Amino acid sequence: MDIALKNVEKSFTGRDGKHTALANVTLEIPSGAFVCLLGPSGCGKTTVLNLVAGFETPDQGEVLVDGHRVDGPGPDRVVMFQDPALFPWLSVGENVAFPLQKRKLSPAERGERVDEALRVVHLYKFKHAQPHELSGGMRARAAIARALVMEPRIMLMDEPFAALDAQTRELLQVEIERVWQRTKATVVFVTHDNREAVRLATRVVVMGTRPGCVKLEVDVDQDLPRPRDPLDRNVNLLVTRVQRTLQAEIEKIAREESDERQTPPSRRGRGEPDLGRDI
Amino acid sequence: MSARLERAGAIVGLLVLWQLAVSLGRWPSYVLPGPIAVLESAIEGTTSGVLPAAVLKSLGRLALGYGLASSGGIALGIAMGRVPAVERAFGTLLTGLQSLPSICWMPLALLWFGLNEKAILFVVVIATLGTVALAVRDAVFGVPRLWLRAARSMGERGLSLWLRVVLPATLPGTITALRLGWSFAWRALMAGELLFVAGGLGQVMHVGRELNDMARVMAAMLVIAALGLVFDNVVLGFVEARTRRRWGLT
Repeated sequence: MDIALKNVEKSFTGRDGKHTALANVTLEIPSGAFVCLLGPSGCGKTTVLNLVAGFETPDQGEVLVDGHRVDGPGPDRVVMFQDPALFPWLSVGENVAFPLQKRKLSPAERGERVDEALRVVHLYKFKHAQPHELSGGMRARAAIARALVMEPRIMLMDEPFAALDAQTRELLQVEIERVWQRTKATVVFVTHDNREAVRLATRVVVMGTRPGCVKLEVDVDQDLPRPRDPLDRNVNLLVTRVQRTLQAEIEKIAREESDERQTPPSRRGRGEPDLGRDI
Repeated sequence: MSARLERAGAIVGLLVLWQLAVSLGRWPSYVLPGPIAVLESAIEGTTSGVLPAAVLKSLGRLALGYGLASSGGIALGIAMGRVPAVERAFGTLLTGLQSLPSICWMPLALLWFGLNEKAILFVVVIATLGTVALAVRDAVFGVPRLWLRAARSMGERGLSLWLRVVLPATLPGTITALRLGWSFAWRALMAGELLFVAGGLGQVMHVGRELNDMARVMAAMLVIAALGLVFDNVVLGFVEARTRRRWGLT
């Protein structure tokens, strides 16, 4: 399934007034693509994901999936969060079976699909364990298995590996790459790790902030063999290019923030100590 | 093992202090009976059948009142968590009523229902229902949005979302609500029985007071505390421990 965002605008009203999360964002994601959204925090990459997932609606513009306007969340677009969001009252196997309840499957078929998904992520032995008995990486794999049984055509991932250690993250990157190649699903993957993005993506989208917008779209050379070698010259060139764009964005934010700080607070510095003001 | 020792030690220590205070001989036995006298009275009351009959009577009332109030409270709590209009209608009202000790309803209850079982049932239900409802509502509000989003992206919505995600997710909170409700119901019942005599443990205490038989009063108090402890620890404690183990809460 392909995904399209057309002139999307979205703002949120917070304590310090309205703030524009996305301004005029247009993005086309072809069916079967693996798109990584990169950007500094606050650039609206999660908002893009939530719009496609149907958790949020755009103020302006359109979000289309397969040409149809997104109207609420649905099982065709499975979402994975930074937290694996497994249900603690169910065993690992029951969690993976959870989305199948709605499908018309015989119990045997259902069981087979659950077992197969668990085997793909090497968790079959833990089918009867409770989620809290698993390590963080295993929980993330259980969440991948739960996504897999749905045979989704779109997978939306919001920094699913951000809370994990580097080794586990690398293993899971390989895992998710295999899943993508197997299912040929369209993947939108939010991350703040540019190496991860270049390693996985068919296209990297770098977003900028204030307001959130698309700064750079790079197609990654599809001739680069997978799994991509992080030491490969072309991979590194791309990482550097993405890094530069990101760097410029981050410096822009830092400049703006320091400008805000330099504005002197009123009626300060009459020679009296400024202790205890914040208390 | 040592935890049990500590618990038993505290009780034994208290009993020793109590007996010592009695041994000082400063207070007559109709003011402060010793633990032995209380135990004797409890045994006597048990063999004569007075205490068991009173316990049954009180527990029967409690089962009815607590049962009604907790099922009603759970239903109302879920409705408040689900429907904003219901929350607006009852939320503030119930919170306000919470500050009213249940026994304050007694005069009205007597007027409305007369000197009978219905009056005491009313007081027990009104003491318990709001507490349970508010605690269940908070449990529903406390369900992580992440779980709801995950479930919705897996195609869950409407009634099925409630049955498969929201209700199981509120289980720990519901157990807490039932626990709170239990102590509210128990207190309301005892207050009611003490004030308006109609059998039950409250009446045993009432009669004890009339006869200046403080050993009997304290024996009844002992039974009340023991029953509360047993229900809270054994029944609710078991369910709670099971849930905590399954969820991995510590």
